[in-house]
Amino acid sequence: MISYWAIVSARFRSLLQYRSAALAGLVTQIVWGMIRVMIFQAFYSSTNAEQPMDGSDVETYIWLGQAFLAALPWNIDTDLRSLIRSGGIGYELIRPVDLYTYWLSRALSWRTAPMVMRAIPLLIFAFVVMGMSPPVSWAAAAAFFVSMCAAILLSSAITTFLNVTMLWTITGDGVTQMTFGLVLIFSGMLVPLPLYPDWSQPIINAMPFRGLVDTPYRLYLGHIPVSEFAGVLAHQLVWILAFIVAGRLAMARALRRVVVQGG
Amino acid sequence: MSQIIIEDLIKRFRVSERDAGMWGAIRGIVKRRYHTIDALDGVSFSIESGELVGYIGPNGAGKSTTVKVMSGILVPDAGRCEILGRVPWRNRTEHVSRIGVVFGQRTQLWWDLPVIESFDLLRDIYRIPRAEYATNRDEFIAVLNIEGCLDVPVRQLSLGQRMRCDLAAALLHSPDILFLDEPTIGMDAVSKLAFREFIKQFNQERGTTVILTTHDMDDIEVICDRVMIINDGKIVSDGTLDELRRRVSLERRLVVELVDNVIEPTIHPLANLANRDGRRIHIQFDPHQISAADLIAHATSQNQVQDLFVENPPIEETIARIYKDQAT
Repeated sequence: MISYWAIVSARFRSLLQYRSAALAGLVTQIVWGMIRVMIFQAFYSSTNAEQPMDGSDVETYIWLGQAFLAALPWNIDTDLRSLIRSGGIGYELIRPVDLYTYWLSRALSWRTAPMVMRAIPLLIFAFVVMGMSPPVSWAAAAAFFVSMCAAILLSSAITTFLNVTMLWTITGDGVTQMTFGLVLIFSGMLVPLPLYPDWSQPIINAMPFRGLVDTPYRLYLGHIPVSEFAGVLAHQLVWILAFIVAGRLAMARALRRVVVQGG
Repeated sequence: MSQIIIEDLIKRFRVSERDAGMWGAIRGIVKRRYHTIDALDGVSFSIESGELVGYIGPNGAGKSTTVKVMSGILVPDAGRCEILGRVPWRNRTEHVSRIGVVFGQRTQLWWDLPVIESFDLLRDIYRIPRAEYATNRDEFIAVLNIEGCLDVPVRQLSLGQRMRCDLAAALLHSPDILFLDEPTIGMDAVSKLAFREFIKQFNQERGTTVILTTHDMDDIEVICDRVMIINDGKIVSDGTLDELRRRVSLERRLVVELVDNVIEPTIHPLANLANRDGRRIHIQFDPHQISAADLIAHATSQNQVQDLFVENPPIEETIARIYKDQAT
């Protein structure tokens, strides 16, 4: 356990060095968030029909999304990619640790470090300047926190799965772009999930991606009541497990045929 | 029982190929052609605890493949490989906790972290007991002279500094076996000397087995007791450096520096002139046909000699000859 914790913390520390990337990301995410809020304000002001989510909830949902954007499984670990390309991956295999857990640990830091650097200032900005609302209750805040941790774990498990596919494809670009498309549409990042048509709800609810965005944010808003917390958390956990099992199997297969590139 | 037992190891790679140019690229999309390379074609050897073994061969001969199999990175297609009583790829975690590996062209340190943090991280990953870690770390820092590099992120180190740090990193957990894959590549002369000295000393003090692949024959001459040569996936020679020299050629050279630039120096009929460089002539001879003493006596009596000495053919030539003999 101590080995993996050491990996998480070392990687976390080295990612914290990328301050200018964080600053650039922060500015982009604020501007982008304002644009998204304006688009939804335009939609809401042009209709009198009852919507499944009220306007201020949508705004908070959007700001949460902007704050935790970096936690989404939207890219692969570029360091791992260069290790695989150059053959440095050999060194990963000479460590006396379970390689899957090792990579999952890396992914956890890869998902949290950039997120933490952007989320804190962005949330402060959203609360103070944009009038974002706090969680509806202490219970909702606690449920949000737990569910957000599960979301990060889910994101890391998906990221690790993407990283493992690089052992076949070497670049990993195709599979990443495909996954990112799915994540964007079906997590709630693009449009909050309750706004999708009713007929699509069962399909969207079964998919893993809502566990990344929609589940924690709606717990925060009270849109999913705390009484349903256990159910939605179970949905996240089942998918986390599924991605871990899939990642492990894929990795075991890949390692049997891995060819370390270069002499 | 030997520490390392390799028997009939076979590893084949399938390499895809396509014709050059646009047409070749388009055809490659539809139909891929493959050919197989026998990277290891029945390699066998065994190594005892504490040996210093040089493992050499031309590029693509199978050196690195063997090292990768032995370090558990690569699974062979057939054959036996037992190291410290374990099969590397089957008991990977236990196996790798007892070996240290340095790949010369790569680093095992964390690129963005200061060196000392990489060391601390390795301590946690290998679960090295605190006391052992502190002793090893302080010793290596002193002997390898890396005190000044410790707080610098790895990406900012020079190659020589980085390699010394890498070597320390590979040894922190006191491995029983150390694999060095072309460790001196790109190093300057001073770093090389320090590196070799360290390896020899470390082996003597701790009895760690060292297996070294290299293209630098000085590495072999200085460090290794035993040399294995691989070519085309087969071991073609295995023995001490002297045995290797004797096997390949009995030829020696007498280098004579003449007083004057004589046009036709007199050379003993059993020897012959290898080449000539102004007043300096290189005479080739076989010590079974004529002893060095006789040849020297003849040369000094027939010519006006200023200086002379006998030399072995350079080790590079010896090796090159073995590669060539195998090729034909």
